[in-house]
Amino acid sequence: MTGVNLFGFNDIDPPADISAASLRSDRFRLEREVDWQRLEQIVEALEKNRLGRIADDDLLELPVLYRKAASSLAVARETSLDAATLSYLEALVRRAWFQVYGPRTGLFAWLRHFLLGGWSASVRDIWLDICIALFVMVAGTVVGWLLVASDREWYYALVSADMAGGRQPGATAEELAETLKGTEGAEGLTVFAASLFSNNSGVCILAFALGFCFGTPTMLLLVYNMTLLGAMLWLFFDAGLGWEFAAWLSVHGTTELFAILLSGAAGLHIGRSMAFPGSRSILSSAAAAGKRSAQVMAGCVLMLVIAGILEGYARQLVDTSFGRYAIGGVMLFFWISYFAFAPRPRDHDGEAEG
Amino acid sequence: MSASVAARLNAGQLKRQRQLVTPEGLALPLTIATKGARAGALMLDLLIIFFGALAILLALGLLGFSVLDAGTDGEMSGAAEFFIVLIILLLFLARYGYFLFFELGPKGATPGKRALGIRVAARDGGRLTAEAVIARNLLRDIEVFIPTFFLLLGGQSDGVMGAAAFVWLLVFVLFPVFNKDHLRAGDLVAGTWVVEAQKVKLAEAMSTAPDRSQEYRFGEEELSVYGEHELQVLEGVLRQDNPEAMREVMFAICRKIGWQAGTGHEREFLEAFYAALRAHLERGMRFGKRKADKYS
Repeated sequence: MTGVNLFGFNDIDPPADISAASLRSDRFRLEREVDWQRLEQIVEALEKNRLGRIADDDLLELPVLYRKAASSLAVARETSLDAATLSYLEALVRRAWFQVYGPRTGLFAWLRHFLLGGWSASVRDIWLDICIALFVMVAGTVVGWLLVASDREWYYALVSADMAGGRQPGATAEELAETLKGTEGAEGLTVFAASLFSNNSGVCILAFALGFCFGTPTMLLLVYNMTLLGAMLWLFFDAGLGWEFAAWLSVHGTTELFAILLSGAAGLHIGRSMAFPGSRSILSSAAAAGKRSAQVMAGCVLMLVIAGILEGYARQLVDTSFGRYAIGGVMLFFWISYFAFAPRPRDHDGEAEG
Repeated sequence: MSASVAARLNAGQLKRQRQLVTPEGLALPLTIATKGARAGALMLDLLIIFFGALAILLALGLLGFSVLDAGTDGEMSGAAEFFIVLIILLLFLARYGYFLFFELGPKGATPGKRALGIRVAARDGGRLTAEAVIARNLLRDIEVFIPTFFLLLGGQSDGVMGAAAFVWLLVFVLFPVFNKDHLRAGDLVAGTWVVEAQKVKLAEAMSTAPDRSQEYRFGEEELSVYGEHELQVLEGVLRQDNPEAMREVMFAICRKIGWQAGTGHEREFLEAFYAALRAHLERGMRFGKRKADKYS
């Protein structure tokens, strides 16, 4: 550590007099402690995310210094009984290890990897769970429809009053059609979109998180949410407005329901991997499934942002059924082709396994 | 009494010791964070989130209300709309983004964890990936936020369903108490754990003190009464440099090896004995003989 102190690093004083130490293990330590302290300074700067303060030379030498410290630790364990030095070295090597093997990708590199295939690859990986979740959702919708068709009282049990907002059995077709109308201006729609996003993301994250208990609560949540849809579908079809309602729903629904499907599937994936871990231990099977599902979930939040914007703006501003179907259809086509065909990114560092 | 407490403390620490094998083949000791440290870190983080969000909301509110006043009649002005959107997004980020942002950083720890000297690490010794951090923090929702809202809204007094929900949530909250690695559900799913990550300062080398091997000569059998544990205790005493403790230790050693203890030169005696004992034990190590403590 000679030279000018350009980078705000403290100069490290070389130890007093190495030969003055009477113990062989202390001489070993004194000969190497300059390297250790240099490593400590680099690690310190890395931990504080101040890459600019690290000289290029230091950064290039980081792996060398790390290995030196690691081998010093290995030697010291066998030859030295200096407890303070040993605990210092252990802490230093541990901190350096966290930096050397820490997350190497920045947020933007991760996003690029994620959008250019990482996401769609992990969606394809959980195809079986997507099929199960889809089946559960369709079943939930059918159950909702059948329940309300058999007894109208079910509608009030399933759909709360503030959610119904005038959409209830006995309402005239005109009243129902009114609820599907768009609005004239774009005022207030941003707030609507933002609150929709926040609310729907909450539901999705819950569906995912509940998968932990072998997936059962996730399925219940999916069924419950879809019976609502089934009940409303029945209501509008009964009034002869089925086509318009489906159009109204499809604008954002193709994206939003897709996101709910994926998050439910991600939750089921974790639950299934814990219930049937196969040849691996439950813990490692759950961890692998968790990482795969987390990538799906990060994408779900993104989909819900888009769904919120579509629901808040497009649905309110586009008033024709045809226009609404067109938007919904294009979105559905886009998602399916993206998930089905975006190639798996080349993994040079094993960032996303599986 | 104090010895048994220390022994118990040590046993508690031993139970939290884990080994992590680095790609260099080096076994690195890790210590699992205590339940107390993790609970404390969570409390700190929640307080930071709460007061941070409160401060920003107040600031936004002050700004927002002046904007709202400026707008005429019931119509919402564009600026007010913007503020409300900002508030909704802020609350969303406070709930889901805070932990994510900090744990993805190079320290792998939120401010609360940093304050208590703990961090998140991958359980398999590999790299802590972004996916793992996302997974462990999405599950935090049912472990922390939903139980909190549930209690705040008084859901547990809601009849049988409320009680059932309470028990159900309790399973998640108490999950870390019932496994030896203190994993919470999020850790289990993400393949992570929370370990201690304190910094340690490099202490002075012990044997740079003047060499007194000529004044104090210790024989083979005098040095063989103690082992590595006693050496480390002696090292601690010397580093603390408390005259009272040093005197006591000197008398204890002299009794053991049959020397006549004199006063006034405690530090010199102990340094010389430490150097001689360490040289003796380290010589043994080089020949593959280790002596853990005085009983072995």
